[in-house]
Amino acid sequence: MSMIVTRESERQGLTHIGARTVKKDAAALLAGKPLYTNDIVPADVLTLKILHSPHAFARIVDIDTSRACKVPGVVAVYTYKDVPNKRFTLAGQSYPEASPYDRLILDEVVRYVGDEVAIVAAETEDAADRALKLIKVDYDVMEPVLDFTQAKGNPIVIHTEDNYHVNGAWINNDRMHNVVASGLSEHGDLEAAFAECDIVVDETYHTLADAQAMMETFRSFAEIDAYGRITVTSSTQVPFHVRRMVANALDIPQSRVRVVKPRIGGGFGAKQTGCNEIFCAFVTAKTGRPSKIIYTREETLASSNSRHEMQLHVRLGAKNDGTIVAIDLYTLSNQGAYGEHGPTTVGLSGHKSLPLYNHAKASRFAFDVVYSNTMPAGAYRGYGATQGLFAVESAVNELADRLGMDPCEIRLKNLVTPGERLAQYDDNELYSCNAADCLRRAMEMIGWADKPLRQDLGDRVRGLGVALSMQGSAIAKIDIGSVDLRVEETGFYTLSIGATDMGTGCDTILAQFAAEALRCDTDRIVVHGVDTDVSPFDTGSYASASTYLTGMAVLKAAEQLIAELRRRAAGFMGVDVNDVLFDGDTMLAFAPGTLEVPTDGDKPEFSGIYDDVEAIARSYHLAQAAPDAEPVAQMSLIELANKLVAGGDGDCLTAHAAASSPTSPPPFMSGIAEVDVDKATGKVSVVDYVSVVDCGTVVNENLARVQAEGGIGQGIGMALTEDVQYSDTGRMRTRSFMTYKVPTRLDLPNIRVEFAPSYEPTGPFGAKSIGEVVINTPSPAIASAVAHATGNYVRTLPITPEKALFGE
Amino acid sequence: MLKFARYVRAANVDDALEVLRFRKGAQVMGGGIWMRLSDRTYPCVIDLSDCGLNTIEETDEEFRIGAYVTLRDLEVDGRLNAATGNVLATAVHDIVGVQMRQLATVGGSVFGRFGFSDVICALLALDAEVELAEAGRIPLAQFVDMPYELDILTHVIVRKHDYRASYQCLRKAATDFATINACAAYWDGAWHVAVGSRPAKARLLTGDALGVASAKPTADELAHAIEAVRGLKYSSNLWGSERYRRHLAGVLAARAIVDAAPYTSPEAADAARAVCAGEEAIA
Amino acid sequence: MSGNLIDVAVVLNGKKVTASVAPDQSLLAFVRDHGCKSVKCACETTNCGLCTVWLDGRAVLSCAVPMVRANGHEVTTLEGLQAESADFARCMAEEGAEQCGFCSPGLIMNVLAMEREIRDRSVAQGIEPAMPTEDDMNAYLAGNLCRCTGYTSQRRAIRRYMESRFGAASDDAPVRAGEGE
Repeated sequence: MSMIVTRESERQGLTHIGARTVKKDAAALLAGKPLYTNDIVPADVLTLKILHSPHAFARIVDIDTSRACKVPGVVAVYTYKDVPNKRFTLAGQSYPEASPYDRLILDEVVRYVGDEVAIVAAETEDAADRALKLIKVDYDVMEPVLDFTQAKGNPIVIHTEDNYHVNGAWINNDRMHNVVASGLSEHGDLEAAFAECDIVVDETYHTLADAQAMMETFRSFAEIDAYGRITVTSSTQVPFHVRRMVANALDIPQSRVRVVKPRIGGGFGAKQTGCNEIFCAFVTAKTGRPSKIIYTREETLASSNSRHEMQLHVRLGAKNDGTIVAIDLYTLSNQGAYGEHGPTTVGLSGHKSLPLYNHAKASRFAFDVVYSNTMPAGAYRGYGATQGLFAVESAVNELADRLGMDPCEIRLKNLVTPGERLAQYDDNELYSCNAADCLRRAMEMIGWADKPLRQDLGDRVRGLGVALSMQGSAIAKIDIGSVDLRVEETGFYTLSIGATDMGTGCDTILAQFAAEALRCDTDRIVVHGVDTDVSPFDTGSYASASTYLTGMAVLKAAEQLIAELRRRAAGFMGVDVNDVLFDGDTMLAFAPGTLEVPTDGDKPEFSGIYDDVEAIARSYHLAQAAPDAEPVAQMSLIELANKLVAGGDGDCLTAHAAASSPTSPPPFMSGIAEVDVDKATGKVSVVDYVSVVDCGTVVNENLARVQAEGGIGQGIGMALTEDVQYSDTGRMRTRSFMTYKVPTRLDLPNIRVEFAPSYEPTGPFGAKSIGEVVINTPSPAIASAVAHATGNYVRTLPITPEKALFGE
Repeated sequence: MLKFARYVRAANVDDALEVLRFRKGAQVMGGGIWMRLSDRTYPCVIDLSDCGLNTIEETDEEFRIGAYVTLRDLEVDGRLNAATGNVLATAVHDIVGVQMRQLATVGGSVFGRFGFSDVICALLALDAEVELAEAGRIPLAQFVDMPYELDILTHVIVRKHDYRASYQCLRKAATDFATINACAAYWDGAWHVAVGSRPAKARLLTGDALGVASAKPTADELAHAIEAVRGLKYSSNLWGSERYRRHLAGVLAARAIVDAAPYTSPEAADAARAVCAGEEAIA
Repeated sequence: MSGNLIDVAVVLNGKKVTASVAPDQSLLAFVRDHGCKSVKCACETTNCGLCTVWLDGRAVLSCAVPMVRANGHEVTTLEGLQAESADFARCMAEEGAEQCGFCSPGLIMNVLAMEREIRDRSVAQGIEPAMPTEDDMNAYLAGNLCRCTGYTSQRRAIRRYMESRFGAASDDAPVRAGEGE
């Protein structure tokens, strides 16, 4: 791995980075153009419907599809008898996936209410619906494990199949005890550190299996192309991983699968799991006909994936002066019926929370991830960090309250600072961190100094609460993003990316990087959706990777392309390449010695990443403004581009670059909530929410701001209204938007966001990530505000009026 | 999804009634909202769109609200709301959204007799009747407890009085179902307090059962009202526990009475509010 | 689909469209079948607002309108309001408020319906149409869910658009994101 490491001076004079560039697809989206999966299904497509299990745990004794098959318009009904008996995972992760291979397309054993029992393929939706009702299934109903706190070592074992497979021993899988994964990371002498403490907060926190609830439900369609290959068009964040999932599920070579990603109506991590692509791919492979599957909202809520429900036990030890000395966190994560993202999400609950208080003398983070007969968990924005930060930040708030200290002051006293090695973060060195500034500025915004934590307003009481958050930027050493940058006839550029814009605007962000590097308008950069046949490989848009990682790849590719453009222009003009400068429009040749020759000799001033990394500290070699001197020759980009695509001397130029990072620099964020609690009803209203984000260099101010506002909005939903509930028999009760309450615009105040950008030397122009860090502060901040207002510490989310009023 | 095999657009109510009687399983469609949510296939639905039931008529004695008046029409009708303490507008204001309220009908809401109904709760505290094609006029309080019959609700009637009224509810999320809704109205010399979303059907308390006689209730009277309201039956579901609902019903009923009562002196109003404050669980 | 087909005729975006449909086909399915793909389905329970269309000029949820009920009426989708929606679309784009864009058409339909209703009501009352308050706008649009934005950027866009139509209200001056906040 080689890294370009830059200094903050690189941020001077940027034009496109930081601009409020309008998203490249905005006009089309706002005109309502047919751009999403279900808008572009082929004619004559089969409609698929899934029969879902009504039981939490059962074995199919007999399944009779004969009557269903006779419904006019029904083409086929498939059961577990029809599918390959080869297990795989639906987790969109780099190979070899951390998640166990514990799934079949359809299985003889169903493991949660909602699990797939049969697939109906029909000419119309109505026929498919009718057929579903005519499938007769005889189940041997087994006793389920519904309470995940009782799962570990339970005599009921959820995965006993003999072809269960684990890719890596490091996850410490013990499935015969329902353990998907477990682990421990210790730093310092914990018991000695606790012995030093004057006070220990010892509490257990509980977060639910929240739904990502993107507006576009899961959907995909499959067809067979001219070469007999299966093409799946899917609303996914991970097209390249879906290619592997489909190949594994169907037991065919990956070369026979192509995945296309059009515009996506939101993902938030949900679409990092391949919920239904395998079904349409399977049916199309079987029938040779195009098929589509569009999940209902009910299926999306009750038969897909969610956030991991977690129970987190925190012991937080401190001195009477507020110095945090020891932290002990144990996380129990509810995986549900299948193992997607289990071994990895849980890690973030510790690794993205404990480093905030890195000065602690000792810390321990232990975890178990357990199977249960509830809906599988997957990825949801924050990916474990959200849960961990709710627990750790709540414990810090409780510590402050018990010590009678200001909760901001206690943080400023203990907060991690740049240059530290993070004991619970793989011992990475922290190169950029403005966490303290984020907190101080948020305090100013809300008027912290002039406000009490609790204010009596008559029939209401107002409370203030604070929390901090961190996340990562891409998965270190595992994620990879690559781009192809091509100069085209007339001098525009095509930027091919494998990163998947899911509505966040990464297409635009990456075009801004290219435009900055190439000194041109973003309109001259053409970007498009992902097609695994033609797009360069990218692990996908998750783990807050696209801006940081793929952005880096864009800069590298631009450097290469510019170097090549200069070389070619020098040849055409008969000058030395070192005397040619590209100013974005023109190749300018100057008298020898006029231009400064860039050197790479500027050695890194830090070496803290990894021994095997070649980190080169230097400026980016990009298009630049011309010096005052008169050029001796020049050639416009248009002229050059036209020559390059012509016969003879042409050499259609494409630069390719990949980026991977040995580190995952954390963005930071502060959040302060001001809430009103009705004294007699307990109703909590968020009246103000301020937040300051350190995402490194802000690449697009509008899009970064909307990420922050949107993440906070989702976080407020998690804190107050999103209340996943199950019946006694394991059926999810919150299976529609009538019962699962995502916030409406009446539930959210105007969210106020500012930025306190540090400069991340390993990121493109100093950028880190923003997509996930923004969801983590509302739950702990609001819980603390409610505690200040009411005296009730609600440790199980969400904070319903009832809990705020009566306590738990 | 709403599924039906036959559709009859009746020219008038009599025709509709005939179809309802003689076609087995036929159902009158209101806004189609609740019908849509059931997983049933209706053999036949009857549409009353052509029956002229979509207006609010005002006479000297009453407002006649057609069954096909939408909740949105109800919400924005200035005369009706001005005459009834704005409780109808308040009651429907947070039901999902404008686009839904432009479909959902008063008739559908009332005929459905759902426990969570905001419309029924508000109407119940007023002097309201329903008019059925066959059975004629029936007081709403009586209709609410009647079994579903083969009849067609054509109008909801609100008789005019010098109403003082207030509608209060608690929703866990802004446009959610109410955990408890309560409406208090003073008319004809008496207080009428309806409490719904218990989660069973709304109940009306008045007279001795309510224990509030004066137009400007004293602290004692309010305490009686709270006790009376809490004496109703409550149970638990997704929207709240029995215990919370019982507490909340007392709080919201008292708030509705105090909000509606024409207290003239600040002292009296403060005293009344103090009773509500006495209900506060957060010190 | 159930039952015998029924002939329907609607004016869809200004053009007369006739078809034979199942009596219980939804208006949502009908308009999508007739090329109006801007109209989305996202909940099935009338909670999300993504399927908002105008029926005789009033914003309704097309998922809950059986086609037989729309028969004979005028139906408008975003496809038929391209010119009318352009200014608001620009306000949305300039704030980055469309994000994934999936809920945008439904929101646009309801924002334009709100504008229209304000005008119609002021004409009926013989008064000048006035800028709606922040509370009015939130209440009117409460049935339009969005999971991406947290609504704050949408509010900025809606406020800017309404101000361009009705003039700024004196008490809440326009504030762009990041300026003076």
